[in-house]
Amino acid sequence: MSDVLLKVSDVSVTIPTEQGTVHAVDDATFSINKREVFSLIGESGSGKSILGQAIMRLLPPNAMFSGKVELEGMEISALSEKEMQKVRGKTVASIAQNPYLAMNPGIRVGTQVAEPMQAHLGISKEDAKSRTCRALKYFDIIPPEVREREYPFQYSGGMLQRAMVAMGTAADPELIIADEPTKGVDVLKKRNIAAIFQKVASDGCAFLLITHDVGFARAMSDRIAVNYCGQIIEIAEKEPFFKEPLHPYSQALLGAVPERGMHPIPGPSPSMIEVPEGCRFHPRCPHKTDRCLTNPPVVEINGRFVRCWMYA
Amino acid sequence: MLNEYFIRRVLYLIPVLIFISFMSFSLIYIAPGDPAEIMMTSPSGGYDEAAVEAFRIAHGLDQPFYIQYFNWLKNAAVGDFGYSYMSEQSVFETVLNAFKNTLKLSVLALAIALVIAIPFGVVSALKHNTIVDDACRFGALLGVSMPNFWQAYLMIIFFSVIVHWLPASGFGHGTDIRYMILPAAVLGTGAAAVMMRMIRSSMLDVMGKEYIQTARGKGLSEKIVIIRHALKNALVPVITVIGLSIGFLLNGSVVVETIFGWSGIGNLVVDSILSHDYMMVQGSVLFVAVIFLLINFFVDLVYVWANPEIRYDKTS
Repeated sequence: MSDVLLKVSDVSVTIPTEQGTVHAVDDATFSINKREVFSLIGESGSGKSILGQAIMRLLPPNAMFSGKVELEGMEISALSEKEMQKVRGKTVASIAQNPYLAMNPGIRVGTQVAEPMQAHLGISKEDAKSRTCRALKYFDIIPPEVREREYPFQYSGGMLQRAMVAMGTAADPELIIADEPTKGVDVLKKRNIAAIFQKVASDGCAFLLITHDVGFARAMSDRIAVNYCGQIIEIAEKEPFFKEPLHPYSQALLGAVPERGMHPIPGPSPSMIEVPEGCRFHPRCPHKTDRCLTNPPVVEINGRFVRCWMYA
Repeated sequence: MLNEYFIRRVLYLIPVLIFISFMSFSLIYIAPGDPAEIMMTSPSGGYDEAAVEAFRIAHGLDQPFYIQYFNWLKNAAVGDFGYSYMSEQSVFETVLNAFKNTLKLSVLALAIALVIAIPFGVVSALKHNTIVDDACRFGALLGVSMPNFWQAYLMIIFFSVIVHWLPASGFGHGTDIRYMILPAAVLGTGAAAVMMRMIRSSMLDVMGKEYIQTARGKGLSEKIVIIRHALKNALVPVITVIGLSIGFLLNGSVVVETIFGWSGIGNLVVDSILSHDYMMVQGSVLFVAVIFLLINFFVDLVYVWANPEIRYDKTS
């Protein structure tokens, strides 16, 4: 068996709205290996979260999906909703951004953490309860016997975040999709989240981190994919990526982080409805030429992928 | 802390009840008509002055207003609500019997209301802005806008006169359920319409919450997501409306009870007001008030149960 856990091929998602059709994800192709931490970075509103929802098959009902998603060799994008329910939470789980919104306020935390176990592992209520306590303890939620009977509002923010990770990992998934785990979180909490994720990753779980936080992605990831205006424009191993980003947008993005002088990227973010012709970055690109008005190819260079005419 | 709150709530009931009893006593006192004359008037229209005077003295009606009221209050405080001028029967027993009848009707009406409101409210929310939702909302609009008396007659015409399924009116000794169906349906559908709209909007709100998406992400079936994760939270704001409906149902609908000849508390109050039966009016008004206050009190308890954040407020 190959090491590939998740394979996403030619996935596109469009969402019709009153203002026009949003091209949220365009032609996304990448794969994540077992035990790999893979980050998808990009600006807010560039379609990263939609890609995560597309993998989980939890898109808004009016979204149009095309392409293929394979998980452990199984084409999950072709499964029926009923079969997909057996995959969600079991093989691939998601961890949402805001624990206060993502946990049900009216249900005890323990019950919520136990749900994936009961849904997927076929274990009794008592077994699920003791496993839940062990899981809570594993993530420093103590005393677990007391905490599992409490409600989300009785938890502190950090504790609830850990409970959410306990919930996501409850049925021992192979892959966790974490959507903006560090959004709106201060530096200390960010460090805690990184520590918890690293703990889970060291247990052998692969991650798809969806984040706009370049620093967090750098600290966590094995590989990085850069998303711009619904397209993945570069995929690379972490070290070479941060040493030498290939795509002009990646270069501009890294130049915009505080450590590198905070140089803003000129020009406004493009509309997701009327996307620019050709290369989507060309209106803001310092290296643009005439050929950038046609769609750039995805070029492979030393195992890296970049969607840019400069390397064609 | 919670106990203290509830004790305070119970103590508040006392001045409220005294105020209500005073208001009802004063209103009926200043209303035109003299109970002694009404009682002592023979069917032919004449009455005996001496008998009227004797009736007044016997029932304390010759006393000034405030003495009459305080006498009543004094007796009521020890559980003696007096006897009806008309039937000479114990007010308490009469009211209790009438209430039992209203209770039967209310339970059935509430069951009908919930059985209609919850599924239709949920379906309406899940299929929002589709033809199904439009149909549900149109039904709810009909339910709230049709006056009870009109709906009652329509149902009598159809179910009793045309298809002969159910009796048009009557009491059936209070045990025959066939007599209860039409009045309960009229009361229940009216209440259902309001509840359905509340459940719909509350459910729509909850289904858009992130924790619903989280629940789906755990691989739970849509049925479990809706019932376990959405419905309970969606029902919390609806509890108030359900509680109010119960209060109104239990206080008896004058219109519906009159149309269907149901001897419930609504009918009793109207009859005793018309005959200036002070004792009966006082007794039934006070009873109705107590029921309403108890229901409100109970709704608060349910609220606390349904919303853990209130339950644990001061203790954690």
